[in-house]
Amino acid sequence: MLRFGLKRLALAIVVGVAVSAIAFMLLRVSGDLAAALAGEDASAADVERIRREFGLDRPLVVQYLEWLFKALQADLGRSLFYPESVSVLILTRLPNTLTLAGLGLVIALGISIPLGVLAALKRNTWVDRSALGLAVLGQAMPNFWFGLLMIFLFGLTLGWLPVSGSDTLRHFVLPAVTLGWFAAPVLMRLTRGGMVEVLQSDYIRTAHAKGLPVRVVLFKHALRNAIVPVVALSSVQFGNMLSGSVVIETVFALQGIGYLAWEAISRRDFPVVQGILLMVALFYVVLTLLADLANAWLDPRIRRG
Amino acid sequence: MAATAAGPKVGKRRGRVLGNPGLIVSAVVLGAIVIMAVFAPLFAPYDPYAQILDDRLIPPAFIDAELADPRYLLGTDNLGRDYLSRLIYGARISLLIGFLTMLVSGVIGTAMGVAAGYFGGRVDTVVSFLVTTRLSLPVVMVALAVVAIAGGSLQVVVLVLGLLLWDRFAVVMRSATMQLRSLDYVAAARAIGASTPRVLLSEILPNLVSPLVVVASYEMAQAILLEAALSFLGLGVQPPLPSWGLMVAEAKEFMLFEPWMILLPGLAICILVLAINLLGDGIRDATAPEGR
Repeated sequence: MLRFGLKRLALAIVVGVAVSAIAFMLLRVSGDLAAALAGEDASAADVERIRREFGLDRPLVVQYLEWLFKALQADLGRSLFYPESVSVLILTRLPNTLTLAGLGLVIALGISIPLGVLAALKRNTWVDRSALGLAVLGQAMPNFWFGLLMIFLFGLTLGWLPVSGSDTLRHFVLPAVTLGWFAAPVLMRLTRGGMVEVLQSDYIRTAHAKGLPVRVVLFKHALRNAIVPVVALSSVQFGNMLSGSVVIETVFALQGIGYLAWEAISRRDFPVVQGILLMVALFYVVLTLLADLANAWLDPRIRRG
Repeated sequence: MAATAAGPKVGKRRGRVLGNPGLIVSAVVLGAIVIMAVFAPLFAPYDPYAQILDDRLIPPAFIDAELADPRYLLGTDNLGRDYLSRLIYGARISLLIGFLTMLVSGVIGTAMGVAAGYFGGRVDTVVSFLVTTRLSLPVVMVALAVVAIAGGSLQVVVLVLGLLLWDRFAVVMRSATMQLRSLDYVAAARAIGASTPRVLLSEILPNLVSPLVVVASYEMAQAILLEAALSFLGLGVQPPLPSWGLMVAEAKEFMLFEPWMILLPGLAICILVLAINLLGDGIRDATAPEGR
């Protein structure tokens, strides 16, 4: 286990470094950052001035290493538009995004686990097929469109919930439902698949044969085993939600890092953009590391593989 | 012998195709959308860019029969452009970006996956590392950032999405190739002295077609959804092109009184993505080994 853990940790560190290089280089190799900052009407001299002012004329490697060295000390530079530093900006917006993703995950699990168990129990009946159909339909909808439909229905028409901002917990309901809706299908399929497999296994037959109540067999014996990969995938889905937050937070004007990313990208505020890219990517690296370690700890077969 | 052995198998496959209504319906729907997109000038009643400023924000008949105008079947937008014509031309953008992105990412991912699965060892380690790194990057944020600097054109969107969406191709092709590699006929081909490129091209690749089609359909659907999201956020295809995502964005400010303007392009995306996904599922079921 220790060997597996150390190997996995080493991979995570190498991936983390690679991701930091990509987060930094991305804006610089996509085009002329100085020209994009200067705007369309800027003269060549203006562009050159901006290039020097932001240190964009120095070799890329020098710029990257300087940024990385400071980033390791939690200094991600200064925003071009906000008075706060990038680190402070991200830290003040992060709680909103974490709340949103956390609620989204709770909603996703709340939909997918009962539905997945039900579909597995009623395998190949209309219940199973409707659950799968709902999953297929859900994944075909554009997430921003689903969000707008929620705004129209529950905000504008029924007036039940606020549709924009992040002042109270009520503001998080609609965006969290939207986020959860799109994370649910894959979790549901996994729950269903796991339950179908477990229900056919010998120890479940034994448990039934012992005369245990169906409820106990289902929830204490079957679900507990089927749920392991679902829990592991949940952490990955949580990471996906952080990156998916850019669309949902923009639709609902929720002041998290996704909305911050969209604002920064629109204004070419590159220190903020690369800071957020780095942070979200590192979050994902850590979450997948934890998921892999949890999986390996629970299932010895993975360690040897 | 060979003929009798092949006979029932072919029949069974045909039975699987015909006995799968999802496959047939989705193929018909997708076919209809493709034909409509290719021959858009024949199907669209108006020029999708022509602004008739006297006829702005006319709702379709099924929304408001009194305000509707029989000349505009699905109404007009805030600039007096025929909504039906824009929706038809919008299918071109979605299909083109979806298809080209799928090609770019398919070539990258398949090359990586086959190499990793066939050669194993160090190649496999490098590919696994690249896949892990790619998965750590937030797709939408990266795509938005690149488009913001490089400019929102069709080519840029295809390129950035193509360079981001290859991971599933790589993962699936890797495991499929690993399975094929250990089979007797591949070993036989190598034993009679076939070169590595020859084994890859004539023994491995043809047998990867079925999983490839399934992943390709899924990725094409993903690319269409992502293009719509990028365009919706203003950093994808630029106006006045009738991208469905862009149409939703333009309709946002009229949401309160003209919600149908948001409903229609979203439904169009939904139907197209659903058709592609169901076609992929149907092909998977029809080609899967017995007993699955």
